[in-house]
Amino acid sequence: MDTSQDSILAEVTGSDYKYGFVSNIDTETIQKGLNEDVVRIISAKKNEPEFMLEFRLKAFKYWQTLKQPEWAHLKIPAINFQDIIFYAAPKQKKQLNSLDEIDPELKATFDKLGIPLNEQKHMTGVAVDAVIDSVSVKTTFKDTLAEIGIIFCSFSEAVHEHPDLVKKYLGTVVPYTDNYFAALNSAVFSDGSFCYIPKGVRCPMELSTYFRINAANTGQFERTLLIADDESYVSYLEGCTAPMRDENQLHAAVVELVAMENAEIKYSTVQNWYPGDKNGKGGIYNFVTKRGICKEKNAKISWTQVETGSAITWKYPSCILKGDNSVGEFYSVALTNNYQQADTGTKMIHIGKNTRSRIVSKGISAGFSNNSYRGLVKVLRGAEGARNHSQCDSLLLGSTCGAHTFPYLEVDNPSAIVEHEATTSKIGEDQIFYCNQRGIKTEDAVGLIVNGYAREVLNQLPMEFAVEAQKLLSISLEGSVG
Amino acid sequence: MLQIKNLKAAINGKEILKGINLNVNAGEVHAIMGPNGSGKSTLAGVLAGREYIEVNHGSVFFNGKDILDMAPEDRSREGLFLGFQYPVEIPGVSMVNFIRTALNEHRKYKNLPPLSASDFLKTMREKQELVEITAKMTNRSVNEGFSGGEKKKNEIFQMAMLEPKLSILDETDSGLDIDALKIVANGVNKLRRPDNATIVITHYQRLLDYIVPDFVHVLYNGQIVKSAGKELALELEEKGYDWIKKEIAV
Repeated sequence: MDTSQDSILAEVTGSDYKYGFVSNIDTETIQKGLNEDVVRIISAKKNEPEFMLEFRLKAFKYWQTLKQPEWAHLKIPAINFQDIIFYAAPKQKKQLNSLDEIDPELKATFDKLGIPLNEQKHMTGVAVDAVIDSVSVKTTFKDTLAEIGIIFCSFSEAVHEHPDLVKKYLGTVVPYTDNYFAALNSAVFSDGSFCYIPKGVRCPMELSTYFRINAANTGQFERTLLIADDESYVSYLEGCTAPMRDENQLHAAVVELVAMENAEIKYSTVQNWYPGDKNGKGGIYNFVTKRGICKEKNAKISWTQVETGSAITWKYPSCILKGDNSVGEFYSVALTNNYQQADTGTKMIHIGKNTRSRIVSKGISAGFSNNSYRGLVKVLRGAEGARNHSQCDSLLLGSTCGAHTFPYLEVDNPSAIVEHEATTSKIGEDQIFYCNQRGIKTEDAVGLIVNGYAREVLNQLPMEFAVEAQKLLSISLEGSVG
Repeated sequence: MLQIKNLKAAINGKEILKGINLNVNAGEVHAIMGPNGSGKSTLAGVLAGREYIEVNHGSVFFNGKDILDMAPEDRSREGLFLGFQYPVEIPGVSMVNFIRTALNEHRKYKNLPPLSASDFLKTMREKQELVEITAKMTNRSVNEGFSGGEKKKNEIFQMAMLEPKLSILDETDSGLDIDALKIVANGVNKLRRPDNATIVITHYQRLLDYIVPDFVHVLYNGQIVKSAGKELALELEEKGYDWIKKEIAV
């Protein structure tokens, strides 16, 4: 029966990537390669204050002492950093004052991606920061949000407009010494989003950043810094796509979240970078460091990720639970197809008393892909009454893919309760036939079954995006079953 | 409605069905009985389009169309329904979402627009009452954590929703207590119309006390060896399948 299942699978996983187009945008790029001068050029391009250049140079020096990590269950071809362009920006004729002045080609690009940059026409209740290659081209609803004290702007703008906040928090959650890719990002990052929610403010709309790689031979290195002050709340979403290209492109981002007393941050990602073709050619290397700190008591940080894209994903959105009673959550669906590889999971570091964390990871593997969950739950000695529950499920479609689970537990407080559950299952031919018999064709049946499997995680996404994510899961599996 | 002619089918090269002939007309209820291993479920599987069963000979016409080359989902959309002996669980997929998807596929096949949310819910409530299942059940994931009885009731509920022309109920009575059996049988009887037909596959006569067949066929060793009216079921109950085996041996 395995063979008939394989033929089913072969049919459903093999569809085309919807966002693979290239926009004809006039782009300013710097020379290929990486050295201290390049770091200085990037900083100069952004007209940065001295503290930023210092931060970058320290990071660069440190990065030079490091070696690319090899502990992940990934086969990463050697990356030639001298062959990558580290800065690419769409040329803008003049400073933008109103929407009417935005480069029509840029606007068309984001329209095509379903991300309108026009506030009136936009999905109700979502503010967008649009980042293309190395720069942010537009942030919507900035003024509306400013009225209630929320700062939502590109990182470059924050460096100029709110240098004190940037200086105070940059690198405090993910220091440049954290790891190889975080050090690289700290040296060369070019833009990203910045957000500050003041005390007692509940952000009235979803904030989101949309990342798009367009230029060839470039890497994208963006940085997001999000601070939720006491008693505040924000829900944040990021999405990402890239053109289809034969060469691999590097995306190494850093996201830092800071949640103060009683604050809550909900951070959702729908990652749909170009995954490469059916034979594993091309695709984005997605090497990302995401971490949040619940700095004060009763803070809460919740990560939700739907990872369907990228040739290689290396990503562990984590929570440092420092404040007493703080809560960390990680909900993940990672889908790999064809020759994609993913090594993803989380770290929950319990420092404060009565801190709680919850991990729900759903891996879906198809084709010849490899999908690993890697997670650390660490309870420090002072974390009296800490609790963790982890659930890691793997779903295999076919017999040529792999699913792996690497849970690490380090518990130094005897009062802690840490639970780990794991399951591995195969999508059942009987389930598919049951759907067929009710009039649902195999491709749709697989979409239905996979979405059902991932439902616990998808339920965590904001409504508008949950629907998108569901479609994405089905599309990403097209051709894998049939 | 259904014409099966000299149907031969095998699983992994082993012939299970050895020349089945059967005609079912609109408005009729046929019971197919037989000992374990006689080929009852294989017959149901062939009709529904199970891929692992190889059809080696014969033809099956349903509403004038040869269905053997038709995909299982198209057979369903043509109006062929299989009530499963062991309905599978599909975790995380709500019954509502599932049956709505199925129903809209059927409508699309007939060039009808999808049912509006309110019409769908109305239809669902009506059918729930008909087969005596609770709304709570339809809000759960497909068959997940259902008891044996609930699973079978859920099959009848889906049958009610999809309004098939031909329903094949494969051992629907297995694992049912007498109350659940009555509810299931009652549902089937209520759905019975002059323009549809039912094939009840069962090992025991018990179900046929509640769903009264027009014809009873005995399947033995891959062939229909005896066909008669409903009294045949009683005779079988009394004498056991050995009686048939002996009769054939003679």
